[in-house]
Amino acid sequence: MRYLPLTPDDRAEMLGVIGAPDVDALFADVPAAARRKDLFDLPLHAGELEVERELTQLSALNRAAGAGPFFCGAGAYKHHVPATVDHIIQRSEFLTSYTPYQPEIAQGTLQVLFEFQTQVAALTGLDVANASMYDGSTACAEAVMMAQRVNRREKAILSGGLHPHYAATTQTIAHAEGMQIVRLGAAVDAEAAVIDAIDDETACVVVQTPNVFGVVTDVTKIAEAAHAKGALLIVVTTEAVSFGLLKTPGEMGADIAVAEGQSIGNALNYGGPYVGLFAVREKLVRQMPGRLCGETVDAEGRRGYVLTLSTREQHIRREKATSNICTNSGLCALAFTIHMTLLGGAGLSQLARINHAKARELKAAVGAAGLEVLTPRFFNEIAVRVKGSAAKLVDDLLADGIVAGVPYSRLDPHAGLDDVLLLCATETTTPEDIAALQAALTRKAA
Amino acid sequence: MTMQTVGRPTRPEGDVSTSGFASLTGGRGLLQDEPLIFELGGWTKTGVDLPAASEDASDLAGLTRASVDLPGLSEPEAMRHYVRLSQKNHAIDLALYPLGSCTMKHNPRLNEKVARLPGFADLHPLAPVATAQGALQLMDRLAHWLKTLTGMPAVALSPKAGAHGELCGLLCIKAAHEAAGQGHRRTVLVPTSAHGTNPATAAFVGYAVTEIAQTDDGRVDLADLAAKLGPDVAAIMVTNPNTCGLFERDVIEIARLTHDAGAYFYCDGANFNAIVGRVRPGDLGVDAMHINLHKTFSTPHGGGGPGAGPVVLSEALAAFAPAPWVVNGPDGLTLVEEAVDQAAQAFGRMSAFQGQMGMFVRAYAYMRSHGANGLRQVAEDAVLNANYIKARLSDVMTPAFPDGPCMHEALFDDAWLEGTGVTTLDFAKAMIDEGFHPMTMYFPLVVHGAMLIEPTETESKRELDRFCEALRALAATAKLGDVERFKGAPHLAPLRRLDETLAARKPKLAWKADAGVI
Repeated sequence: MRYLPLTPDDRAEMLGVIGAPDVDALFADVPAAARRKDLFDLPLHAGELEVERELTQLSALNRAAGAGPFFCGAGAYKHHVPATVDHIIQRSEFLTSYTPYQPEIAQGTLQVLFEFQTQVAALTGLDVANASMYDGSTACAEAVMMAQRVNRREKAILSGGLHPHYAATTQTIAHAEGMQIVRLGAAVDAEAAVIDAIDDETACVVVQTPNVFGVVTDVTKIAEAAHAKGALLIVVTTEAVSFGLLKTPGEMGADIAVAEGQSIGNALNYGGPYVGLFAVREKLVRQMPGRLCGETVDAEGRRGYVLTLSTREQHIRREKATSNICTNSGLCALAFTIHMTLLGGAGLSQLARINHAKARELKAAVGAAGLEVLTPRFFNEIAVRVKGSAAKLVDDLLADGIVAGVPYSRLDPHAGLDDVLLLCATETTTPEDIAALQAALTRKAA
Repeated sequence: MTMQTVGRPTRPEGDVSTSGFASLTGGRGLLQDEPLIFELGGWTKTGVDLPAASEDASDLAGLTRASVDLPGLSEPEAMRHYVRLSQKNHAIDLALYPLGSCTMKHNPRLNEKVARLPGFADLHPLAPVATAQGALQLMDRLAHWLKTLTGMPAVALSPKAGAHGELCGLLCIKAAHEAAGQGHRRTVLVPTSAHGTNPATAAFVGYAVTEIAQTDDGRVDLADLAAKLGPDVAAIMVTNPNTCGLFERDVIEIARLTHDAGAYFYCDGANFNAIVGRVRPGDLGVDAMHINLHKTFSTPHGGGGPGAGPVVLSEALAAFAPAPWVVNGPDGLTLVEEAVDQAAQAFGRMSAFQGQMGMFVRAYAYMRSHGANGLRQVAEDAVLNANYIKARLSDVMTPAFPDGPCMHEALFDDAWLEGTGVTTLDFAKAMIDEGFHPMTMYFPLVVHGAMLIEPTETESKRELDRFCEALRALAATAKLGDVERFKGAPHLAPLRRLDETLAARKPKLAWKADAGVI
């Protein structure tokens, strides 16, 4: 078997050194009733060619986002990632290393994490970012639990514009820890209802911008209202490219910013692995979850980096840790950092403007096809009202080779918004894609 | 059949840093000193060619930022920056990486290749299910393999790492207790030797944590367990093989006692690599177990993730599994994304979307490559390699549990270092100078100065011998009193020992323009 270096002779010789008659003797502690003598009912080993063939066949049953007109966003985004990114993340030293517990031989990973943290802090307009979370949704849940540690309150208010999967994840995880999660009704302009819901029991308010309907909101007033009641403001962003154009969460008064970083450096991957961004104001740093990389010096005074403030973490604090997270999204954070370094601030701004311009074209096209655009101010996503079921419309347009977007009902079947369709355009969207969509929608309407 | 062994360049005997040679620029041959990107000066540069963008964002008036103050690099500069950084890392592709409990095994590149097929990598998580049938089939096949290998009837694929899987398992258990009117059970029992994630996860779910004592032979103390199992206990969390590298001989009795007390048995599956293909956790009475695809099933660790932590579940817990899951319907496979109707007992959702699909593809390709026979050989060789290391080092180091075989990892204590002035940490750092990554140190907590060595099955005998010779030489040197070699170690790494106290006392967690270069 190609992944196993030992030869039968090696095994025999090694058993001799150990003093065991056979390999079964090494499993002597397993209760006899649980020792499986026979092979499991699964296929036997297969060569590289056979495995690649099977996987290629499975892959071919899927339609890649790049295969034709494609307008899905809603938490995951199709962007172009430079080839350099994928090359570097496949370097053995990055791909096949562990969490950098031995800093003397992990400075590569550690310096990348320090660069990543600095980039995320700058993008979100906050002071300190951690070395990544699993994804945006779990980062959101962790932020809510962090708020409880900061102000010892139990209630979290989730805006109705928060991605329903983020709300469900937060509900599941933070509720389990004993928090009361209040999710406001889903609506395009849901942020308007948030301020009235804040009271003296509120630990935190969670607001997404651009929200799941694509709406860009200035949350400054929500921050002021939250702070007046002693609550924290958590700002969620699912489309990291929007950081290139929009006012930052920090500038608008957020205490914690969490985001899905997939858009920068990472492929769609049918939902994962992605990379959660998590940034806070400096005074909150000791309540943060996850790993932090910090600067220090070595025994000869040379600058270097280490994982630090680990007394917050599970391997030191066990049941008193700020989170149970251990493995995070190191390699995805590396991909984010490389792509961000290639873009630079100037490139990200330009990329964001291109995305916004494409979405304006998209808005004009669907408007011209007779659909009602619900999103007043948007970045690269819009919500539209269709006649009848948005899910059916998506099915119908699939017959024309167009993936028209995400029916809101797929994310949140109980909201009564079955006629709302979420569409997204990015730099990968071509004028031909948009024209094809407009033509198909117009045909549908006729 | 054999495969190529991992080669390493030879280097001169002795410690080159003591030769007295110094370069004129501070350079160290091929090992380049590399500043932060923020110090490379590309504040207006970009390494990506983009079409001109419309400046018109007037519809966002008042909602935009002035600029993004981050540097950029051209493509050649970026390539060089990150390749130089990469060379400061140790990696499994360079040498044995014996981190106990971490399962640092070879990562086949076929898995990387197939995960990048457009049908997987460029597939949107909310793409219409009719356009994602191959992905759903893959998830279904992966689930079948995981269920068959563990002897468990159900699996929740969505957890994103081991600790996330623990959380999923405990949430299933909590939901099952609540459904049975047993919501008053608020305690989780965890052995002292457990991974830190176990008590942290239990606390995360709002449970109180009580420790179970360990016997002198490194196993769960059954009497202590029986005494602590009561009407308030929701679950036990036991790693098996445990973190001492030993199989819990009484595991079936542990399960029986637990179930008799009305509690569930959560098994931490971090060490599944030792028994895959030979032992099914379902036959041991386990109710829930996460499987680290990045350990047993070889998806790369990536410098700290991403991982994947699917959780297999017993019949008693299956109904509480979180959304989403794959079902086979009249129109092919479909994805249940919201718990409704017949599945109303699902406890919720672990994250957005379906889980770590990119890892599912890699793990499935690995399983298919090995097959039923190869996976059984994986466990056998992993256990054989660990016992070989234990046998070859037991006369110079002190095994924590000398009697009987170990499983996939060999655990030593620091009794043999007594009187040498060398600590476990010093010894581990000296391994770096010999070209190896240190073993896991000071874990498990139940063994003094613990050194936990997990070679995995992907090491050749030659590499194992090289490793054992290095450790034997170091042990002999420590006993001869060459303390400075150890206290000052590492001497030959890109950096010497780092000041972790300084890092924690005055945290510098981001580059700041005004602070400049130290």
